[in-house]
Amino acid sequence: MTESATKKTALYDEHVNLGAKMVPFGGWLMPVQYTSIMEEHQAVRKNVGMFDISHMGQFIVEGKDARAWLNTMLTNNVEKLDVGQGQYTFLLNDKAGIIDDLIAYRIDGTRFLLVVNASRADEDLAWLKKHARGDVKIESRSANFGGVAIQGPRIGELLVNLPERNHIVDLEIDGMPISMARTGYTGEDGVEVFFQNSDASKFWNKVLEKGKELGLKPCGLGSRDTLRLEMCYPLNGSDLSPERNPIEAGLGFFVDLTKPQFIGREILLKTKESGPRERLVPFKMKDKGPPPRPHYSVFQNSERIGEVTSGTLSPSLNWGVGMAYVSTPQAKIGTQIEIEIRGQKFPATIEKKPLYKK
Amino acid sequence: MNVPDDLLYTESHEWIKREGDKIRVGITDHAQAELTDVVFVELPKIDRQANAKEAIAVVESVKAASDIYAPVKGTVVEANKALEADPGLINREPFGQGWLFVLKIDNPDDLKNLKDAAAYKKQIGG
Repeated sequence: MTESATKKTALYDEHVNLGAKMVPFGGWLMPVQYTSIMEEHQAVRKNVGMFDISHMGQFIVEGKDARAWLNTMLTNNVEKLDVGQGQYTFLLNDKAGIIDDLIAYRIDGTRFLLVVNASRADEDLAWLKKHARGDVKIESRSANFGGVAIQGPRIGELLVNLPERNHIVDLEIDGMPISMARTGYTGEDGVEVFFQNSDASKFWNKVLEKGKELGLKPCGLGSRDTLRLEMCYPLNGSDLSPERNPIEAGLGFFVDLTKPQFIGREILLKTKESGPRERLVPFKMKDKGPPPRPHYSVFQNSERIGEVTSGTLSPSLNWGVGMAYVSTPQAKIGTQIEIEIRGQKFPATIEKKPLYKK
Repeated sequence: MNVPDDLLYTESHEWIKREGDKIRVGITDHAQAELTDVVFVELPKIDRQANAKEAIAVVESVKAASDIYAPVKGTVVEANKALEADPGLINREPFGQGWLFVLKIDNPDDLKNLKDAAAYKKQIGG
C-alpha cells in the first residue's frame, strides 16, 4: 500500500523500541514484523503471540432500538446473541456488496461493541449513521481505545478466567479496566483485549513480561496475514470488496436469510437461488515453486477462469497456498487449476477450508 | 546495517564484488531486512545475456516478489543453486553464501557507474 499513513497507535513507541519494521496499513503505521514473519507465525501456532490491533475501529451502538436496528444493518442474526456474546457478520451496501466484515458483541441489553477493519472504519461509521433509526446512538471510541490480540495454544497458561468461545467479559487487571473476548484471526485459541489508550503500554508490557517463559512473541501484520490465510479467513480489501457479496465469498454461514429484512437481503436471495458467477476458493500449489500472489490469473485448460486474491508461502506447511475467485462451475474441491506466475503456469488444486489443520 | 567497504552497490540494493572480468552479485543486508524472510528465489539461466538494469532474477519473501537487476551489461556464468534448497541464506548471509549469480561483464568501465560503500550508505540513510 502506498497510502500516506499518519496515524500511530498508542503502542507505536513500544513497537519501535522492540525494533519492529513499521509499514502503512489502513491509514496507520503498523509493525509488519519484529524479528521474522516465520518465527512470529510459529510462536502463535506453537506457543503464544501478541498483536497490536489498536488500528481496528471500535464502535459503541447503544439505545432501546439498538438490537432491532442492528439486525437490519448486519447479515448475521443479532437477536441470537446473549449478553456477552459476539458473532462474525457483514455490513453490506445496497447491492449486497461487502462494505466490511466485523465482529458484533452484545455488551448488555441495549449496548453493542462493533470491531471493524481500520481501512473501512470511517466508511462503516458514515453508513451506519446515515441509516440510523429510532433510539440508537452510534459512537466511535477508536480515538481513545486500543487493543491487542493474544493468540496461541498456551493462552490458558498466560491468562486465567478466559471467557467462553466468542464471548466477551469486562475485567480489571492491575487496576486497568479491560474487555476480553475469546475471539481471533489466527485459528488458534486466544483472546482479543480492548483497553483505554492510557493503559496500552502498561498492558502490553505486562503481557510481554508474563509471556516470556511461555515463548510469547510480539507479532506483526506479516504473520497475522499468513496465519489467517492458512485458516482461509478473508481479508477485506483483498478477498472481500464492495463488488463481492458474502455468498460469492463462501461465507453464507454468517448471513441469516430467514431474517425478514436487512440491507442486501433481496440480492443475496437472488444470488443464492441462481448461484453466484464466481466463488472464493482456497487452493494449494501442486509443486514446490514460487508462491502465489494477489492478482495472478487462474487458468484451466488454457481458459482464464479467475484471479488470486490472497497468496503466500504458508509457514506451517512450507508450501504455496492462496485463495482465488474462480468461475462457479470450476469452483469445486479437488479441481485442478493453474496459476500464472510471471508468464509461466504452475499447477494447483482447489482445496477444502482450512488450508492448515493441526 | 552492514555495508562492506570492498563492494560496489546499485540504487536497487544489489551488491557487486569484482572477480577479474566477472562480478558476483547479491542483495544487501539492508535489502534482505526490508524484504523479510526470503522463501523463494528464481535464478537466471546460465549464458543468459542481460543489459544493465534488466530484471534477471526474482527474490520472493513471505510478503512479496522483488526483481533483481543485472548491475551492468554481461552474461550469466554462474547461479547460486544452493538458494533453491535454502533461500533463507539470503537473510542469514546476504554478502556470503547468499550470493545470487556471477556475470561475465562486457566492459569493466561500466562498473564506474556503480556506487561505492559510502554513497550506498548515504542512500539508505545509514
